[in-house]
Amino acid sequence: MGSLVTTVLVVSGLGALLALLLFVVAKQFKVEEDPRIDEVEKMLPGANCGGCGFAGCRAMSEALVKREDISALYCPVGGAECMKSVATYLGKAATEQEPKVAVVRCGGSCEMRPKTNRFDGAPSCLVASSLYAGDTGCSFGCLGLGDCVAKCEFDALHINPATGLPEVDEEKCTACGACVKACPKMIIELRKKAPKGRKVYVSCVNKAKGAVARKACKVACIGCGKCAKVCPFDAITVENNLAYIDYTKCKMCRKCVVECPTGAIVEVGFPARKEAPATESQTTAKTE
Amino acid sequence: MKTFPIGGIHPSDCKEYSKDSAIERFPIPEIVTIPLAQHIGAPAVACVAKGDRVLVGQVIATAGGFVSSPIHSSVSGVVKSVDMTADAQGNLKPSVTIGVEGDEWVESIDRSKEIAKNINLTPQEIVAKISEMGIVGMGGATFPTHVKLSIPAGKKAECLIINAVECEPYLTADYRVMLELGDRLLVGARILAKAIGVDKIYIGVENNKPDAIAHLEKLAGAYLEVEIVPLKMRYPQGGEKQLIAAVTGREVPSGGLPIDVGAVVQNVGTALAVYEAVAKNKPLFERVVTVTGSTLKEPKNLLVRIGTPMSALIEYCGGMEGVGKVIAGGPMMGRAVSNVDAPVTKGTSGVLLMPTEESLRQKEGVCIRCAKCVEACPMGLEPYLLSKLTQNGDFEELERHYIADCIECGCCTFSCPSYLPLLDWVRIGKAEVMKRIRERAAAKK
Amino acid sequence: MENQKLVISPAPHVHGKNDTRRMMGDVLLALLPALVVSVLAYGWQAFVVVAFSVACCVLVEWFIQRFMLRGENTIGNLSAIVTGVLLGFNLPANIPLGLVAIAAVVAIGIGKMTYGGLGKNPFNPALVGRVFMLVAFPVAMTSFPEAVGAVSGATPLAMAKEALKAGAPVSEVLQSVNFADMFLGAKSGSLGEISVVALLLGFGWLLVRRVISWHIPVCVLGTMALFSGIMWAVNPAEYMSPLFHLLSGGAVLGAVFMATDYVTSPMTKKGMVIYAIGIGAITMLIRLWGPYPEGMSFAILIMNALVPLIDKWVRPRRFGVVKTQK
Repeated sequence: MGSLVTTVLVVSGLGALLALLLFVVAKQFKVEEDPRIDEVEKMLPGANCGGCGFAGCRAMSEALVKREDISALYCPVGGAECMKSVATYLGKAATEQEPKVAVVRCGGSCEMRPKTNRFDGAPSCLVASSLYAGDTGCSFGCLGLGDCVAKCEFDALHINPATGLPEVDEEKCTACGACVKACPKMIIELRKKAPKGRKVYVSCVNKAKGAVARKACKVACIGCGKCAKVCPFDAITVENNLAYIDYTKCKMCRKCVVECPTGAIVEVGFPARKEAPATESQTTAKTE
Repeated sequence: MKTFPIGGIHPSDCKEYSKDSAIERFPIPEIVTIPLAQHIGAPAVACVAKGDRVLVGQVIATAGGFVSSPIHSSVSGVVKSVDMTADAQGNLKPSVTIGVEGDEWVESIDRSKEIAKNINLTPQEIVAKISEMGIVGMGGATFPTHVKLSIPAGKKAECLIINAVECEPYLTADYRVMLELGDRLLVGARILAKAIGVDKIYIGVENNKPDAIAHLEKLAGAYLEVEIVPLKMRYPQGGEKQLIAAVTGREVPSGGLPIDVGAVVQNVGTALAVYEAVAKNKPLFERVVTVTGSTLKEPKNLLVRIGTPMSALIEYCGGMEGVGKVIAGGPMMGRAVSNVDAPVTKGTSGVLLMPTEESLRQKEGVCIRCAKCVEACPMGLEPYLLSKLTQNGDFEELERHYIADCIECGCCTFSCPSYLPLLDWVRIGKAEVMKRIRERAAAKK
Repeated sequence: MENQKLVISPAPHVHGKNDTRRMMGDVLLALLPALVVSVLAYGWQAFVVVAFSVACCVLVEWFIQRFMLRGENTIGNLSAIVTGVLLGFNLPANIPLGLVAIAAVVAIGIGKMTYGGLGKNPFNPALVGRVFMLVAFPVAMTSFPEAVGAVSGATPLAMAKEALKAGAPVSEVLQSVNFADMFLGAKSGSLGEISVVALLLGFGWLLVRRVISWHIPVCVLGTMALFSGIMWAVNPAEYMSPLFHLLSGGAVLGAVFMATDYVTSPMTKKGMVIYAIGIGAITMLIRLWGPYPEGMSFAILIMNALVPLIDKWVRPRRFGVVKTQK
């Protein structure tokens, strides 16, 4: 009996002593922090994707709380709504940015862009691109090894086994930009998100001369400039044998799509046209 | 026998295919494509235009800076275009395409056969000449030679080491040069020694080439300052740092340059080119290329004009039958070629054809921590760790583990029993870390 | 020439002859002499135990890989077979086969696959199996059948420990031991550990094939010899000689085949030496003053746990840092 009592006493005494120690240490070393940082962090999506340019949501919250002017800070994942609520809470002016979505600018599927050699190294676009131009005649296009897919935190990118190209799931894409940074060929671009997932864009990044580009890939942009001529809004520029549609100017009239002789300009999310233009197979392949 | 201190592997040397075939002059092709960036550093700037007539040895592009090198025409004829063409890896690079007409050389080139032994130029004149003649390191790294010969202020060169190791399996170009043109090679080495003001020349040769050692010993008898150093065969003995350690016993400090231990290293091919440039006024427009592989009917060592398509050499030696992979350079550090029509450049030491069955890698397994890569690494790094850290994207940790010291020799991947692509990843990690180091240095300024 | 698809891969384009399968095959070959001796000593039942252990290990690995980890089949790398043989070697020849199956489940299931399979396990799987059995079934694990030519069913180590504890002087204990028999294999023990000469033959093979380096085995045995030698020199009446310690128990089996397991040993030569010295010292501590007659398995497992630390502290010698720095 006596030993039992001693045991209980010793153990509880030890417990109390350690609790006291913990309490003292916690008091002594407490880091004073603006409590608003915690609150702001709760408002952010918590994906820690780095889309804002900071290491994670915590770092972003600190910046949001500490900086006077937060117009340069934007969370692409939370979007305008999230930024607005944060700004209201902090009593600062919110930034407005149009919602965006990642777009893969390469249409060189296996069928359009035949393979000319076989890559046999570590399965990474970065490894392949540092080694050589790619396993097709096109030295600019998608390598299809999926660095973008690996970097996507939101499960929004997948390689389509039929085309060998990554496809973006618009529902899941938060435009964090991780894939844009991951792609060594700089094929992925963040473009304006339109209703019904509609987009019109040049699905090619080939800067080679027309004949060279065409030889490598059937749907390459050959830099002919017809699209730029037909565009009523002055949205298309052709530089280095490559057309680019400025999404801030484009009104999606789709005249360029019809005009493009190779089908490099792609329309997505529009109802089918009556008389099937040459680009039809492309359009369906690209529509999710 | 001497060798370097740590790591290293013993690949089978496979030199028997081409080692007995004497250097043969390859016929001038009908068209040559001469890239403007054949060296490390700024690309050369074209100074000819479409339709211009050029002679053999005429400058067609001038150096684009100090770390750069001019390019000379390797043929006589008419410039067909100055444009982007696909290089051996399929990337578009600026180049000059020339349609060949005859074989007319620039007059200043001394085409006599006799060997000029005495050079009466000052070191500055020699370096200027080497720069003007477009000489670059011909072992594969293609670093402009005049830059390497310009000793930075405060440093002093103590010896010149001629890299006659040719530790890459299959390649025999340097070996043939030593046997056939050894006398010129020695004069070239003496010119280089004069340029950097040293009176000690070591020529490091591996012991798998006993006849080359004996031949050079005999020739070098006349020159007291030249010492032939036989080395125990081991890859990567031809790595600059490894060679210096093997020959002099001094280790280039981590992050340092060979000149920090008083050494300047030049390759056999470079020494020969230097001889021709300085003694004979001949710019670098042709080089010896080993065309070899087990599938070839006649593996050869060819003297080839820069700009000749590799496919022409392959055709000349027996064709592509049964070939699964073409490599520009040796099997350890050479680069796989996707476009065989790409031209031979100043850095092409060999064209190696691998049979289909040896072309693909074995299936990748898992790391079993066997430490073979650590044992093999000649820089004393831990490749298994570097590869893993790269895949995790932990670049700060990579830098702490000295990834910048990696010489990309491939010993780790070679020795991995699980066929892990260690070097594939390490290369990526190294590139990123080097970028960060450069950015930091730039920010400091 | 154009329709031929060339292979493009980063350098190097050639590979050494070494691969995991070949190395595991060499280990198996190196274990063969010891297996032969055990069959000679204990009859076919020794072979049955080893074969059953291998079968169980392979089955467990296949099952877990297939249905739990859902990964590729990994039997082809032969590592499960090596673990199976080593596990069998660590069991007595008369152990019931049901217990062998339990040992295999623990060894492969808990010792290896829990961590994700080959290359990721911190502890030597065969030893995890053995130590589990030693603790859970001490009687079955320590009563050995009489080997052909052996003096008794007890192992020399157990005999010596008992006798010394009972106060008998060393000289008396030594009378029952014949060093030549211990070296050749006429002694009792787990079925793989009895013949030192057979194990050394295996060591020779592994060295010739460059599967392992000499560092770990030599340092383990060297430390044991040194440790026991000092004690013996101080008091030869109370402590057995170094030779006795080296020839008895699992010293050689552990030093050559268990401590050198790639996955659970350090990556650098220097680290290996530290690790091996630790194993030798802990083994002797347990043998001389611990409750168990044999301490090799515990010593290896304890040092296994320290391997990550050793690897963190001990780095390979880098090129260009030794001589040139002031």
